[in-house]
Amino acid sequence: MSRESNFIFNQTPQVVQKKKYCRFKKHGIKHIDYKDKDFLLKFINEQGKILPRRITGTSLKFQRKISVAVKRARHLALLPFVADGLK
Amino acid sequence: MNKKQYETVIILTPVLSEQQMKDAVASYRGLITDAGGEIIHEENWGLTKLAYPIDKKGTGFYHLFEFTAGPDFVKSWELAFRRDERIMRYLTISLDKWAIEFNQKKRNGEIKSSSESAKERKAAQEALAVESNDEDDDN
Repeated sequence: MSRESNFIFNQTPQVVQKKKYCRFKKHGIKHIDYKDKDFLLKFINEQGKILPRRITGTSLKFQRKISVAVKRARHLALLPFVADGLK
Repeated sequence: MNKKQYETVIILTPVLSEQQMKDAVASYRGLITDAGGEIIHEENWGLTKLAYPIDKKGTGFYHLFEFTAGPDFVKSWELAFRRDERIMRYLTISLDKWAIEFNQKKRNGEIKSSSESAKERKAAQEALAVESNDEDDDN
């Protein structure tokens, strides 16, 4: 997000990019709860699609867990499969 | 016999009355104990809105079981769900050590779900706002 906006609005894209990090590694979160839909909302876009790692900065290990958790939540109708304007 | 820990969420049809829902849940509770399993935790989320309609219904009664059982139990457990018309959806997962730890902490109130913590934060902010308002009044 920030990279794009910098690119568009700043002629000199020299604004230091904040380094992305994996929030699970940083905070020592070991388990992702599929029942916590407000938490999972951070990892999907407004269409209900799972956001790629390059945007959220999540490590591969936890991206896999997120993907499983989101899919479980969808099965239980906690999250939609398809949506419009989820956020 | 080595038992594993499982977690099941079922969604019951909103057509049922509160009492019928409780009866259905009680019968499934009986299934676990009859098979020699042990119920560790149960949660009833009540009538909850679904993210998308299932069987043309917009809401459902969510119920969560956390239990230990032998390896053969889950098959018969899920078969019972498939046969039961009252149940719209079910999901059983086996819990790994992190999940068990997570659930324990959640029960002890050490971990809160995002919605709960967001509510608390909002409440705290409102409390702060009220305080600052009071100060303004004083000035």
